[in-house]
Amino acid sequence: MSDSMKNYEVTFIVDPVLSGEEIKATAQTYVDHLKNEGCTIVHIDDMGLRQLAYPINKRTSGVYTCVEFSAPNGEIIDPMELALRRDERIIRFLTVALDKHGVKYNEDKRAGKIGKVTKKKKKSDDRDSRRGGRNDDRRKGGDNSKKGDNNAKKDGDAPKEGNDNE
Amino acid sequence: MASRDDIKFLSNPKIGQKRTKYCRFRKFGIKYIDYKDADFLMQFVNEQGKILPRRITGTSLKYQRKVASAVKRARHLALLPYETDLLK
Repeated sequence: MSDSMKNYEVTFIVDPVLSGEEIKATAQTYVDHLKNEGCTIVHIDDMGLRQLAYPINKRTSGVYTCVEFSAPNGEIIDPMELALRRDERIIRFLTVALDKHGVKYNEDKRAGKIGKVTKKKKKSDDRDSRRGGRNDDRRKGGDNSKKGDNNAKKDGDAPKEGNDNE
Repeated sequence: MASRDDIKFLSNPKIGQKRTKYCRFRKFGIKYIDYKDADFLMQFVNEQGKILPRRITGTSLKYQRKVASAVKRARHLALLPYETDLLK
């Protein structure tokens, strides 16, 4: 493992007060910095302007950027984080080492295999199937009552329907 | 004679049955939990933004740890709140 590249992901929030170009330039400085250190940039994800869940430094929104890269060793992380910490344009940052599942996930996400849509679909399908099952049961009951008597729909209780059948 | 389908119960007989819990990560083969996907992580926190226990979500221990760390990372990046009311 020591000779192979390690995968990292750094996400940072840039101050939204800056102009669009300045924000781009800020993100670009760190990308260039990483490139100079011999890292290969896998992907740069501009997550765009987002509302912060809580105010940081009296800011309520921020521009999120996520850079995925692979580095020959972990020594470049510390200076990079120091630079991020000293940079006043950066509100917050987080560096994460990715395991193989994380790399795979990011690849799949870029390929469009993983999206909010598919995930939500999965869950909604589950819920739908569950609901569907229940609804089917109810429908069966409803059909029976219809067959028996349409008027008995309101109070479709067992005894009444039984009487109708008889 | 009324067949089994015709019999109606006054109370829903399914009410007492427990729905079996399962770990969604094991079931769907999700190996990695993205800390940037705030909408997904919302399912694992309560209205106050607290991480839900395993006994409610049914997540296995291995993935509960990953969920917890993902939620904490999301909180650090202000994608999820540390504390609120009426989150959902």
